[in-house]
Amino acid sequence: MSLEQFKKRDATPGYIYFQAEEKPKNAWEAFKRVVRISIKGELFVGLWIVLREMITKGNSHTVQYPAEKLPIGPRYRAIHKLLRLLESENERCIGCGLCEKICIANCIRMDTRLDENGRKQITEYSINFGRCIFCGYCAEVCPELAIVHSGDYENASEQRAHYGLKEDMLTPLDTFRAKEQKEFPGFGALSENADSFVKKTPLAY
Amino acid sequence: MSETAIVIETVIKAVTVLAVVAGMAAFATFIERKVLAFMQRRLGPMHVGPHGILQLAADGIKLFTKEDIIPQHSIKPIFKIAPIIAPVAAFTAMAAVPFLPEFTIFGYTVRPIIADINVGVLFVMGVASAGMYAPLLAGMSSTNKWALLGAARTVIQLLSFEVVSGLALLAPLMLIGSLSLIDINDFQANGVTSWMVWKQPLAFLLFVIAGFAETNRTPFDLIEYEAEIVSGYATDYSGMRWGLFFVGEYANMITVSFLVSIIFLGGYNPFWIIPGGIMILLKISFFIFLFLWVRAAWPHVRPDQMMWLCWKVLMPLALLNILITGMVLI
Repeated sequence: MSLEQFKKRDATPGYIYFQAEEKPKNAWEAFKRVVRISIKGELFVGLWIVLREMITKGNSHTVQYPAEKLPIGPRYRAIHKLLRLLESENERCIGCGLCEKICIANCIRMDTRLDENGRKQITEYSINFGRCIFCGYCAEVCPELAIVHSGDYENASEQRAHYGLKEDMLTPLDTFRAKEQKEFPGFGALSENADSFVKKTPLAY
Repeated sequence: MSETAIVIETVIKAVTVLAVVAGMAAFATFIERKVLAFMQRRLGPMHVGPHGILQLAADGIKLFTKEDIIPQHSIKPIFKIAPIIAPVAAFTAMAAVPFLPEFTIFGYTVRPIIADINVGVLFVMGVASAGMYAPLLAGMSSTNKWALLGAARTVIQLLSFEVVSGLALLAPLMLIGSLSLIDINDFQANGVTSWMVWKQPLAFLLFVIAGFAETNRTPFDLIEYEAEIVSGYATDYSGMRWGLFFVGEYANMITVSFLVSIIFLGGYNPFWIIPGGIMILLKISFFIFLFLWVRAAWPHVRPDQMMWLCWKVLMPLALLNILITGMVLI
């Protein structure tokens, strides 16, 4: 899509302009208008339109919500998830703390320590969803695609803390082994042709 | 036949009419929601029972168990009595309506009319218009401005259209020469061509329009139009008292459908191979559907437009119709 289409401010192609008829100026024009409307039978046109909608099969616009759901966009920013590395099953999060820093609602909190291999390990990771504004900065800033947004928008719960703790957000191992961990295609994720941009670092300059 | 037998027969008929018509009225609310939904590309009630058919039961339970609120400053006895007037008037009007042709059950001939009085039409129209007191008293006793406006609109609307429907009926009655609905039905016994609608098309049109106004249906639903006067006379009502108004309204719709079918469309006379009982059910089903259909299709009118329509268009037309009918008869 070119920039021209974004810069175009008038919505001409999508709109149908209605040419309102002029008001009758004298009694004779008013009478002619009444006769015209009566012969056209506008009331019966209205009756036919609603009857046509009734006898047409399957044009209901109702979505019976708990049973049927509308698809949501891939960039939809619902509740957060922590993902795992594809090969090693380890958590992707390296504890860099960028999400904690960039969070404008100040609602991410993490605790890290060094494990026996000297690798940074995240002991606690929580998001206060009472404050989170779902801006998506954390997912955008994450260098490892570890914290992402999921499409789970049905998150009513009995407890305020639900969904916001590390064990709620981290992909469970059995889900991961069933290869059901979903990558997030939206905000901050790699584009589909990301591989084509990778260049080998030359050995000698 | 002895006195007791007549009393028992009348009581059984009355109870049957009450039960069947109340059931039809309740079912009409369900049909109304479904038909309106399909016409507006929706599904309507879907969750209670298959395709929402048990919504009726759910609504009944809701109406009966809701708290019955009586406003502090209302005039309490009148406020309590007003909703009862609506269904009482509507069901009393049905006493003189023949619902089906005569039939024989266990060797006993039943005439499906509670009281065959010789002024049947007059009785039905009179009692049905006495139902006007329900919204009037309800609105005036509620001490609520919306209710009062609703009551005022009730009076102007129902009184005005009484004139139109009365004058519209006069012309066919001049042709028939009887006020009994059974005589009117028998007058049209010679097939479709003898239906009154061919002789009195204008009276038919005027009577149907007046019927819409007298049952407060769109396009003339001024007296409880939500966008203008909240809910009109029913603003302060809740629970079953509110429900009684609607039982009355739907019973009135059924009565008007019966009247139009009997007076103008050949009533319960058999047609081709279809027996008369089925015929009249088909006709009133069509008119009930027409009430819902029009509600889905047409906007409603302003009060001043309605009064203009009534007094400057419909009433002169009705008078003209009577005049022409009179000239032809002489």
